[in-house]
Amino acid sequence: MQAQKLDYLDELEAEAIHILREVAGQFEKPALLFSGGKDSITLVRLAEKAFRPGKFPFPLVHIDTGHNFEETIIYRDQMVERLGEKLIVGYVQDAIDQGKVLEQKGKNASRNALQTVTLLDTIAEHGFDACIGGARRDEEKARAKERIFSVRDEFGQWDPKRQRPELWNIYNGRIQKGENVRVFPISNWTELDVWNYIRREKMDLPSIYFAHQRDCITRNGQLMAASPYLNMDEEDLIVSRKVRFRTVGDMSCTAAVASDADQIDDIIAEISASKISERGARLDDKVSEAAMEDRKKGGYF
Amino acid sequence: MDILKFFTAGSVDDGKSTLIGRLLYDTNSILADQLEALQASNRKNDDGTIDLAILTDGLRAEREQGITIDVAYKYFQTEKRKFIIADTPGHIQYTRNMVTGASTAKLAIILIDARKGVVEQTVRHSYLVSLLGVSELAVCINKMDMVDYSETVFREITEAYEALAAKLNLNKVNFIPVSALKGDNIVHRSVHMPWYDGSSLLYFLENVEVTGHLPSVYARMPVQWVIRPQTEDLHDYRGYAGRILSGTFKKGDAVTVMPSGQQSVIDRIEVFDKEPEQALTGMSVTLHLKDQVDISRGDVLVSSARLTQQTRNIAADLCWMDQKQLDNSLTYLLQHNSKITKCKIADIQYKVDINTMNKESADTFHLNDIGRVELKTADELAFDWYDENPANGAAILIDSRTNLTVAALMFREAV
Ligand SMILES: Nc1nc2c(ncn2[C@@H]2O[C@H](COP(=O)(O)OP(=O)(O)OP(=O)(O)O)[C@@H](O)[C@H]2O)c(=O)[nH]1
Ligand SMILES: [Mg+2]
Repeated sequence: MQAQKLDYLDELEAEAIHILREVAGQFEKPALLFSGGKDSITLVRLAEKAFRPGKFPFPLVHIDTGHNFEETIIYRDQMVERLGEKLIVGYVQDAIDQGKVLEQKGKNASRNALQTVTLLDTIAEHGFDACIGGARRDEEKARAKERIFSVRDEFGQWDPKRQRPELWNIYNGRIQKGENVRVFPISNWTELDVWNYIRREKMDLPSIYFAHQRDCITRNGQLMAASPYLNMDEEDLIVSRKVRFRTVGDMSCTAAVASDADQIDDIIAEISASKISERGARLDDKVSEAAMEDRKKGGYF
Repeated sequence: MDILKFFTAGSVDDGKSTLIGRLLYDTNSILADQLEALQASNRKNDDGTIDLAILTDGLRAEREQGITIDVAYKYFQTEKRKFIIADTPGHIQYTRNMVTGASTAKLAIILIDARKGVVEQTVRHSYLVSLLGVSELAVCINKMDMVDYSETVFREITEAYEALAAKLNLNKVNFIPVSALKGDNIVHRSVHMPWYDGSSLLYFLENVEVTGHLPSVYARMPVQWVIRPQTEDLHDYRGYAGRILSGTFKKGDAVTVMPSGQQSVIDRIEVFDKEPEQALTGMSVTLHLKDQVDISRGDVLVSSARLTQQTRNIAADLCWMDQKQLDNSLTYLLQHNSKITKCKIADIQYKVDINTMNKESADTFHLNDIGRVELKTADELAFDWYDENPANGAAILIDSRTNLTVAALMFREAV
C-alpha cells in the first residue's frame, strides 16, 4: 500500500497539470487566456510544470481592455520575455473603433462587458478550438456549476441546462467546427489555495497585489483607484490610501482593499480572516443576482 | 492536510441543497457579502428565514423552480480536512448530472425525507452508488423536525434502507438523523434527539477513513503527451507525460507499454525541476525510459509485475445519458482515459428495473437506463476491472454525430 497521500496543494496541482495535458492532446489550436491576474499567472506556472523543457503547445492570449493597471502590462511583458512563449493581444479599443461595441457612459462605465466581443473575435481570427482560463468554481455561484471542459456554441454561448456529463477524470473535448471549449484547470482551487500555491512556488506577482500608497476615490462604498479611465466629477474626493488589490480586472471595475499587507504571509493571513469574498470587490458582479450567468451565456469567460 | 470529495444524493426535495447550505453556514464558511446577497434574495423559507439551498442553486432556472438542475461544487475546510462538495440534483431527468458529481467522489451522502422513507430515487441513487463503487456512505434521514424527532420513524427507515443496502452490497453505511433546515446533527449535535448517540455529520466527514491506494504493482500511467523539445542541447530528450492512475513507479522499475507489449525500465522521474525517486498515485509526472520505444498518446505504461487486461471484447455496466436512445447499429467512440477508439455495442445482456432490481432483456437503452452490455472496440484497450482498480476501469461513450457524452461505462468481465 502507498501510505502517503498527496498533500492538498500537490493534488490540486497534479489535477491541473493533467487537464492542461489533455488540452494539448485533444485540440488542434488551443490558447491560454492570460489576464495578468494571479489566477492566470498560476496557470502559466502550471503550464511550465506540464510541458517543460518543451515549449507550450499554445500561445498566451491577452484581451486588452485598454484600461489596465500599468503594473500588469509591465509584468506581462517581462513574463513573456522570460518564458520565450508567444503572446497574442486582442484590443477592445479596436472593437470600439470599428463601431462593433459602444463605450459605456456614466459613472459606473467599464469596459468589462465589452471584452466578450474582442474575445470572440480573437478566437475566430486565430481559429482557437480551446481556450484555457483561470476561473475557479469558488468565485461565483454560476461558475460553481460549470464543467472543467465547458463547451460553447459558435456564438460563444454557455448553455447551463445542456452541459455534457463529465465523468471521472475523462474529459470529452470533441466539438463541431466553429464551436469552442473553455477549459478551467484550476476549477477546484479556492482563492486561498491559489495564494498558498504562490507562496509555496515563490512566484512573482504584479506589485499591485501588495499594499502600496495610491490615490483613490470612494464609489458605491468601495475604494477605486483614481485613473483617467474612471469617469469622475467634482463630487469625487481623491485621497491617498494604503491599499492592495485582491483581484485584478479592469481599472474601472476592480475595487481596492485598504491594507498594510505588503508580504505574501500577511496577505494570506488577511484573506484567511476576511469576511468578504473576492468577488465582493468586483462591481461587474453586483449588477444583478444572475450577472455572471448572463454574461457567460453571452460568451464571457 | 488531505482533501475529501463527497456528493449528495437522494430524491427531489429531500433537502440536499439545504443540507449543504447548512453545513457551510454552520461552519462559518459563508462570507458576509454572500450572506448579504442571500438575505436580499426573495426566495425565503415559510417562516422568513433565509433559504440555505440557494447557496448552491446558482442558476436562474434553479432559483425560479426551487430545484437543482446541475451539480454545484462547493468548497470548505475545517482544521481537520479540506472538503470538495458536489451538490447533485435529485430529479430523475438530471440523473446524468448526479453521476457526474458522484464519479469523482469518495463518499456519498444519501438523504431520505423522514416523512416519505425510501422512495424510487433513493433506490436509483443507491444503485448508482454501488455501481460506481463509492466506498463510504452516510445516510441522512432528514426533516426529523417534521416527524417530531421520532426515534421510531428513524428506526423504521434505517431498517428499510439496510435491506436495500444488503441487496446492493453496500456494506459501510452510517445512519444519521438530521434536520437540514434547523441544523440538527449537521455541525452541532441535536438537543432534540437524546436517543441518538452517534456523531454529527461534520464529525463523521472529518474523521472517516477513506480507503487508501492500491499496492505499487498496480502502477499505471496513461501517456497524455510526449515531451520532445528537439532543441540542440535537448536533442535526445523524450519524456512521457501523464498522471499516475494507481500504484507507484520507482526508478529502476520494469515497465511494459500496453497494449504494444514493449518492455523497458524507468530511468528517471521528473516533476518540472525536481527528480523524485517515486511517482505516487495521483501525481502528474514525466517518465523517462532506458530504451528507445515507440510510445504515443493513449498508450499506458504499467508495472511489468502486473499487466493490465488487454482485449477488444468487454462486458460493461452502462448508464445511458442521452435523450437519443442507444442505437446498436451505430459505431460510437469510446474514451478510456487518454485513449479514443471506435466501439460497437455487440449485445445487450440486460437492463435493470430499478423498482424490482430485476434484470430484464432489452434491445435499447433510453435516458437514465442502467444495464449491462458487451462492447467490441476497434483497438485493444489496456484496462483493469472496475472492481479492482476503478481509476483504470471506466470509460465514456461519445456519439460521433453530436459529440455528446452519451454513456458511462464500468468494465466488469470478459466475454
Ligand atoms: N422542515 C424541513 N424542511 C426541510 C428540511 N430540509 C429541507 N427542507 C425543505 O425542503 C425543500 C427542498 O429542499 P432542497 O434542499 O431544495 O431539496 P433538494 O434535495 O436539494 O432538491 P433537488 O436538488 O431539486 O433534488 C425546501 O423547501 C427546504 O426548505 C428539513 O430538515 N426540515
Ligand atoms: Mg438541490
